[in-house]
Amino acid sequence: MKLEKKYSDGHLALSLEGELDQHTAQGLFREMESVMDRYLPRSCAVDLSRLSFMDSSGIAVVLRLRKKAGENGIKIWLEDPSPQPMRVLAASGIGRLVKIENRKGSVNR
Amino acid sequence: MKYENYIKMEFPSKTANESMARSVAGVFAAQLDPTMEELGDIKTAVSEAVTNCIVHAYPDCLGRILLRCRILDKNRLEIVVRDWGRGIEDVEKARSPLYTTGGEERSGMGFTIMESFMDKLTVRSRPGEGTTVVMVRVIPQRTKKS
Ligand SMILES: Nc1ncnc2c1ncn2[C@@H]1O[C@H](COP(=O)(O)OP(=O)(O)OP(=O)(O)O)[C@@H](O)[C@H]1O
Ligand SMILES: [Mg+2]
Repeated sequence: MKLEKKYSDGHLALSLEGELDQHTAQGLFREMESVMDRYLPRSCAVDLSRLSFMDSSGIAVVLRLRKKAGENGIKIWLEDPSPQPMRVLAASGIGRLVKIENRKGSVNR
Repeated sequence: MKYENYIKMEFPSKTANESMARSVAGVFAAQLDPTMEELGDIKTAVSEAVTNCIVHAYPDCLGRILLRCRILDKNRLEIVVRDWGRGIEDVEKARSPLYTTGGEERSGMGFTIMESFMDKLTVRSRPGEGTTVVMVRVIPQRTKKS
């Protein structure tokens, strides 16, 4: 699991790469949390286009991130989930709580 | 029941084994020539079942997990994930969406995902004795594109 971060002008761009499951979830969440604390951005986008696998452990990570962002007044959303993570996100109905943006124009399900 | 092929393996309840278990199930399923989406669904369901054994069945010890994959009647993939851990008091309640005993690190979506990604889900459990999850997914045989 790899986390890439770019900060500029109040916006934090995070990008996940690898497989997000129970084995990697806790470490990833801690790292994302500390990056948010360091930059205190106004907005944060989480790019999921290079995330090759995610299960419900990832849903919990997204929910915890959303909570963390809410507490700190940070606007947060997900970007371009690859097909498998998108199916898990859709099945969980999390799109009602966190915006999922598809910049490449593919349709959300 | 007649089966075409099977694998059976046992491993300890370490989170590092999650990716190994779903990969093995995926490699086994590949002989049915599934689509990428079908393969993703199967791996996800296995990941959910195995994670449940690790975090719920054996919350504070290492235990045994059994994974068995079989091909039944040419195009049905059956996956069994079994543990000998804590067990589930009320299976019906446990299967309902958002129900979790796991707190903030869980979303209570595991069984819901297994149910929606597989064609059939059976859960047998006895408190103190363990849990057996049986999942079936039909992989339609498609004519090869040339
Ligand atoms: N193998 C198991 N042994 C004991 N209890 C289990 C087992 N599998 C599931 N449970 C119980 O059923 C509940 C629901 O399981 P489910 O997978 O749907 O959600 P979760 O594991 O709590 O959260 P998530 O899967 O979203 O991370 C669990 O919280 C747990 O109490
Ligand atoms: Mg679960």
